[in-house]
Amino acid sequence: MTVTMLTNALLVSTAGATEPPVVEPAAADGALSLLWLVIALPALGAAVLLLAGRRSDSWGHLLGTATVAGSFLVSLVSFIALLGRDEGDRSVGQHLWTWFEVGLDGRVFSADLALLYDPLSALFLLLITGVGALIHVYSIGYMALDPRRRRFFGYLNLFIAAMLVLVLSDGYLGLFLGWEGVGLASYLLIGFFQHKPSAAAAAKKAFVVNRVGDVGMVLALALIIATFGTVSFAGISAASSQVGEGTLTAIGFLLLLAACGKSAQVPLQSWLLDAMEGPTPVSALIHAATMVTAGVYLVVRSNFIFENAEIAQTGVVVVGTVTLLWGAVIGCAKDDIKKVLAGSTMSQIGYMMLAAGLGVAGYAYAIFHLLTHGFFKANMFLGAGSVMHGMNDEVDMRRYGALRAAMPITFATFALGYLAIIGFPGFSGFWSKDRIIETALAENWVVGVAALIGAGVTAFYMTRLMLMTFFGEKRWADEVHPHESPKVMTTPLIVLAALSVVGGVLILGNWLKDWLTPVVGKAEPHDLPVPVIVITIAITLVVAVGVALAWFLVGRREVPRTAPTDVSFVTRAARADLYGDAVNEGLFMRPGQRLTRGLGTFDHSVVDGTVRGTAGTFMASSSLFRRMQNGYVRSYALSLLAGALLVMVALLVVTIA
Amino acid sequence: MDVTPFIALSAILFTIGCVGVLTRRNAIVVFMSVELQLNATNLALVTFARMHGNLDGQVAAFFVMVVAAAEVVVGLAIIMTIFRTRRSASVDDASLLKY
Amino acid sequence: MIAFWVLAPIMVLAALGILFARKAVHAALLLAVVMISLSILYLVQDAPFLFVVQIIVYTGAILMLFLFVLMLVGVDAADSVVETIPGQRVMAVLLGLAFGGVLTLGVAQVSVQAAGLAEANAGGNIEGLAGLLFSSYVFAFQATAALLITAALGAMVLAHRERLTPKLGQAELAAQRMRDYAEHGKHPGPLPAPGVYARHNSVDTPALLPDGSISELSISRVLAARGVIGSASDAADIDRVTRQIGRGADADDDVHASHEGEGADGPAEGHDGTDGGRSWT
Repeated sequence: MTVTMLTNALLVSTAGATEPPVVEPAAADGALSLLWLVIALPALGAAVLLLAGRRSDSWGHLLGTATVAGSFLVSLVSFIALLGRDEGDRSVGQHLWTWFEVGLDGRVFSADLALLYDPLSALFLLLITGVGALIHVYSIGYMALDPRRRRFFGYLNLFIAAMLVLVLSDGYLGLFLGWEGVGLASYLLIGFFQHKPSAAAAAKKAFVVNRVGDVGMVLALALIIATFGTVSFAGISAASSQVGEGTLTAIGFLLLLAACGKSAQVPLQSWLLDAMEGPTPVSALIHAATMVTAGVYLVVRSNFIFENAEIAQTGVVVVGTVTLLWGAVIGCAKDDIKKVLAGSTMSQIGYMMLAAGLGVAGYAYAIFHLLTHGFFKANMFLGAGSVMHGMNDEVDMRRYGALRAAMPITFATFALGYLAIIGFPGFSGFWSKDRIIETALAENWVVGVAALIGAGVTAFYMTRLMLMTFFGEKRWADEVHPHESPKVMTTPLIVLAALSVVGGVLILGNWLKDWLTPVVGKAEPHDLPVPVIVITIAITLVVAVGVALAWFLVGRREVPRTAPTDVSFVTRAARADLYGDAVNEGLFMRPGQRLTRGLGTFDHSVVDGTVRGTAGTFMASSSLFRRMQNGYVRSYALSLLAGALLVMVALLVVTIA
Repeated sequence: MDVTPFIALSAILFTIGCVGVLTRRNAIVVFMSVELQLNATNLALVTFARMHGNLDGQVAAFFVMVVAAAEVVVGLAIIMTIFRTRRSASVDDASLLKY
Repeated sequence: MIAFWVLAPIMVLAALGILFARKAVHAALLLAVVMISLSILYLVQDAPFLFVVQIIVYTGAILMLFLFVLMLVGVDAADSVVETIPGQRVMAVLLGLAFGGVLTLGVAQVSVQAAGLAEANAGGNIEGLAGLLFSSYVFAFQATAALLITAALGAMVLAHRERLTPKLGQAELAAQRMRDYAEHGKHPGPLPAPGVYARHNSVDTPALLPDGSISELSISRVLAARGVIGSASDAADIDRVTRQIGRGADADDDVHASHEGEGADGPAEGHDGTDGGRSWT
């Protein structure tokens, strides 16, 4: 009974929704014809840095930063050019070249490498190149002492290029190209400190888990080609309403699987926490601001599929809701500052997925939250990196405390990011998260309440992080001398902090919503059960409760330098990532290993046994038969005579008969 | 004149030659048995010539003789060589080419 | 047909003789019997040319070649009658009987009257054969010519033995002999000659040593292998001979006679030149 109710309640009703808009890109002209430069610049940077070798050690980081900055400039120019166009004319395509063409005339499948620049990609371009450029600048200082800095910048440029391919491609094939590219860059960067076994293992884990998601992507791609005969968004969006819902649901779920892998959503969430083994700028750029949000981009970009596949959309909502709580709970128990932020990232992407799953009403808010999250989470990650930089790479928050005096700029910027993420009124996170919770409550109260609780938990763990890091007594060892980071690191922090504060302006007058309308369709105004202001106050209250709880549990007490062991079951579970790894190991790894071993044994005993047995039989029989070759010519002559006799008997029999 | 007795004699001689090849071990005697077989076939060929009323059988017999001469020359040379190296004319001693 | 019925049993018996003859020479002679009988059967069957060729080429040339080789291989290479391959003889006989039986059975199935060669041999048998050989069979004929030349060359190649060491001259041989004597104590002189008596005048009688025993070195190895060594004359025999000669019976007659019988043994005696070569074969 309850289950049925819950199921009914979970089914998001999209009845009567408007048809998703068809993508119809116009040819690029003017400033927009330079679009390819956005990708080409970082790609060139990566090629130069990775191929030039040690020769470029002295200037490599500068080149890497310059290419991304140039890319940002082109993006900005393109964005301004796009602003100048009519609302219906804001989808621009640029055909680069035909990748390959297969099939005979009549049924030709042509894979074009073409760019699609529309309001959605424009925002992503600005986010990726903008935040990317800032993080490059930051990395100059952060990696200053690393002898492999040039290689690091090469990988970062590779990542930027791949990510731009992902968001600029006009079809699923190009998207997949970028999708794998960012996977590769992520693998390389997580394992950048390759001398550490934990980093190597984390990179491998990320790679393997991402492959699971990629299977979904490849299968979705295959199904799309089989169903639509094309991979371009334009062709698919035009034909999606004529395709059966079953097929679209299958494609939707496969795309969701891909999104789960890339965006670290339950059940493929386990790699993200380990990915924090990578350098902190990587965590900020890839595992907070850009790559992990690719799943959200995929869902929003595929709105023409999800709008026609209600069940898959519900799946997106369920995944988002579960993940937002999952990540938040993990974030509450971790002592590693980066892992708290990683859990928080999971949770925030859960919010985005939840919004993206809500359909037309939520797409814009998903992207809005994605942008603001990109600002404040990058800010906080870089802040955490700054703290580590000053603390001899210590990550345990129990060894921090009272750092606000030692590193004031870091503290100030981090605090602004903190206020943004918990949704302090007026800050960017307040606007974006608020809208998502509102929409969720309007569409479905179950997920709405879950999102509301998530907001409270977010406030709790972020307050805990702030208190443990910057307030209280100093708990660091005597030989540690915390100091403020150099300007090259604090400047990006300040810029990102400013963006975290003012990011909310994007939604002023529903600008972002209108801006994205050509891509995701026009949302109907949702009717809330209670006035908006009541919900806003409720959210703020929940957040306040979370903050207060953190104050009472953490801020007022002495924080032990080592994590207490006599903790509740919930804490233990959260410390163990809610047993995500245990489940993976028990459910997949061990049976997989057993299966492999079994197959190995099967191969050894049965397959090889058959082969060896056959060979052995022939060997035994031939060692028997070779006795006939005794070397005596008279024996051979005897068999000759026997043969002649046989022939003669046969002749005689034939003649007589 | 019936041909059947001639052919039968040829068959008998040929068979005796066969058994000689199979049972004797002295290479020269084995060789003689082979010659006996060749002679038996020659008899058959000559008989066939008479049976068919043309000389082709005799020509064939003539060729057999020529070839037999060549064969004997080479064969005996081989036996000589083997005897020279192995000090034995037994065909069973030359049995190294085996399993 | 009379010739056939006379010759056929002889040929079969002679062939069987080849099968059972212990000595290769006997087999060769029995084969000659078969071949000559066969040539007569050729003559009976209007093949005079083959009759001649059979006698000249087969019996005359090929068989003599066999005998030559037998001589070279050596008569002491006795053919053991013990069968070494298990079941070979039984299987050979059984298969041979079956083979012959089936062959004769097959032949007996048909009864054909011969067309006869009167017409073919009208212009002469040899002319007829020549006509065929140089027309229809000319290529085969040329091929046999090549075959014969190849066979002759092959036989030469096979019989030829490459000299690996330089040929030893008389001086080297003498030096070698003395070296053997120095190192192995081998007697440097020729082997003792066989005991030769006027009565026997044969080399199959061993010479006697001074103590009356036989000198084995004085007997040819081939004769020993054949087992045709004559016994040395005993003392009584010598006595009798001595009396017949009328030399008188001295007390040391016995010893003297023995010495006389041993006479060829000494290197100083004049037999060296005739017998010495055997020592180094």
